[in-house]
Amino acid sequence: MLEIRNLHASIDGKEILRGINLTVKKGEVHAIMGPNGSGKSTLAKVIAGHPDYEVTAGEVLFEGRNLLEMAPDERAREGVFMAFQYPIEVPGVSNAQFLRLAYNEKQKHHGLEELDPLEFKDLLKERAKVVEMEASFMTRSVNEGFSGGEKKRNEILQMAVLEPKLAVLDETDSGLDIDALRVVAGGVNQLQGPENAIIVVTHYQRLLNYIVPDFVHVLANGRIAREGGKELALELEEKGYDWIKAEQQESGAGAPAN
Amino acid sequence: MSTAEFLGNKEYKYGFVTDIESDVIPRGLTEDTVRLISAKKNEPEWMLEFRLKAYRHWLTMTEPKHWPNLHYPTIDYQDIIYYSAPKQKPTKASLDEVDPELLKTFEKLGIPLQEQKQLAGVAVDAVFDSVSVATTYKEKLKKHGVIFCSFTEAIKDHPDLVKKYLGSVVPTNDNFFAALNSAVFSDGSFCFIPKGVRCPMELSTYFRINNSESGQFERTLIVAEEGSHVSYLEGCTAPKFDKNQLHAAVVELIALDDAQIKYSTVQNWYAGDEEGRGGIYNFVTKRGKCAGRNSKISWTQVETGSAITWKYPSCILQGDNSIGEFYSVALTNHAQQADTGTKMIHLGKNTRSTIISKGIAAGKSNNSYRGLVKVMPKAENARNYTQCDSMLIGASSGANTFPYIEVMNDTSSVEHEASTSKISEEQLFYLQQRGISQEDAVSLIINGFCKDVFLQLPMEFAVEAQRLLGLKLEGSVG
Repeated sequence: MLEIRNLHASIDGKEILRGINLTVKKGEVHAIMGPNGSGKSTLAKVIAGHPDYEVTAGEVLFEGRNLLEMAPDERAREGVFMAFQYPIEVPGVSNAQFLRLAYNEKQKHHGLEELDPLEFKDLLKERAKVVEMEASFMTRSVNEGFSGGEKKRNEILQMAVLEPKLAVLDETDSGLDIDALRVVAGGVNQLQGPENAIIVVTHYQRLLNYIVPDFVHVLANGRIAREGGKELALELEEKGYDWIKAEQQESGAGAPAN
Repeated sequence: MSTAEFLGNKEYKYGFVTDIESDVIPRGLTEDTVRLISAKKNEPEWMLEFRLKAYRHWLTMTEPKHWPNLHYPTIDYQDIIYYSAPKQKPTKASLDEVDPELLKTFEKLGIPLQEQKQLAGVAVDAVFDSVSVATTYKEKLKKHGVIFCSFTEAIKDHPDLVKKYLGSVVPTNDNFFAALNSAVFSDGSFCFIPKGVRCPMELSTYFRINNSESGQFERTLIVAEEGSHVSYLEGCTAPKFDKNQLHAAVVELIALDDAQIKYSTVQNWYAGDEEGRGGIYNFVTKRGKCAGRNSKISWTQVETGSAITWKYPSCILQGDNSIGEFYSVALTNHAQQADTGTKMIHLGKNTRSTIISKGIAAGKSNNSYRGLVKVMPKAENARNYTQCDSMLIGASSGANTFPYIEVMNDTSSVEHEASTSKISEEQLFYLQQRGISQEDAVSLIINGFCKDVFLQLPMEFAVEAQRLLGLKLEGSVG
């Protein structure tokens, strides 16, 4: 589904990703872990097409197509979804209005039926169960005045409505208490199936107790330093990230290009 | 995506010119011009006196060029045509006698004048250049005692009412543009809602400028007697010309005891091109007087057009417990300039006013809010709440807020909140990441920003206003 080859990306001239290789197949759950500043979030944003990042080398194929040539909205309509670490507020625009517009854009793109507000309300009510959200959230402005946990639940609700092929969750666990974490992770698990794939970007192993990955990739200095199964996450939890950084420095692979 | 830069906006779809034979007077303004306009309209002596008094006063005044945050070349008042009317039979017994070319024009503007084709529940007075060409639903309204007609007819058929109220809210010497209008106004709309009547339909006037050389000077006078209610809407468009046209209107509203007037405007005059060539100079004086106890006047405006907007719809809160409201969205793009806001003058006890202003500036445009809240010594317990929000799109636009607050009564309370924001790239990216195109994302954010004002508009017009903002901003971020 997703094929990343030798991806280099920078922001304001500073290189953050220095040659990422990653293959994600349908039905898989991948975890991207790593210390702060290792490039985890950058990877998520580059996949989604954030305008601040410049891809300087490498390629990203999504279902065989060059993802980097597509505008962010086109990527989204093709089925790439990113749950934001810091969801953005849109004052005066209700959640329902926003979600219906997004949903209908995708439907239109695929030549499928668009829904009117009443029909969409039914769909929304159904999908909201995934993250245990109340109806009152739908009439409130997008993320405005939402608590941290509510914002993250709202992200997963959007995922439930848009049913992406590839979902990238960018530090979805940050700022969540244990109950909210359970709800959010439970939602993601309900949405995971044989036809879609999920990339979970996280600093901590904690989330991976709930969303169990098939593969764990550890980033350091813009490269994948270690790869393994879910047990790698446990090892990191125990030992921290320093040993990976040290290991990388020994091999000279991660030396910053000053 | 590059940083925000500005592309052309959607073609202005009302920019066509109607080819029609007109009765045009020579350009320029002298006392004879004033007499000629009055004579053309067969006006009574008192009306001519009103005009001449205004004209003589105007000669002593200077154009307010210093205090507004507006920059434009000096207007040559001798280079304007003050009267231009499509040639047609002087009295129109029915719509059948209106020139089909005019009917076609208004139909093309989305304002069909044949009653059976109209939005149910909206009566229209259609003003073309200097004259009103048709007023619909007059008969139906008459049954309820509501008078809705052109100003020319009002002077002829209801002279006592016009005499009593004309100039009672905006005196002829009020300001430079109001004085000019009082001297040369050629037509407009008159509404009178008698005691206790809730006007059974929305009243509206649609203003169309067609002649590239003429100005439009119209008056609107709305009188709501005790306990009556009326909702009034005005819309306006003009063809695309390289030259600027002057539009200097005066609107006066009077609400007696327990009466309510809601006045909504969707202003879409031609705004000029991207470089600022052409477009309407919109210098308008609008004021309402809450003369009676418990009366209420509410202004809602969506200003999207005009090269220059100079406009401060205001309320004089004279009656005790009276209420004034001002809800405004002002959008400027390219080289447009707007200096707009309101004045709330609290005279009576327990008077309340609310001001919600949303300014959006894109392109190289400049958008200023200017507002006065004045509480006079006898206005015990007066209350005002003001909220002024500005949104900037791109790096070359400007927004300013000039609030003036004068309080002379210490039992009153005045609150002012202001904010300035930008459409951030993060906000756009978020919406785009959900599959919404950049243009739709801008439109969504702007409509959200303006929601409090749109909620005040009658439904059909709220939809129209939202669509209009979307069109205006198309291509403004990219």
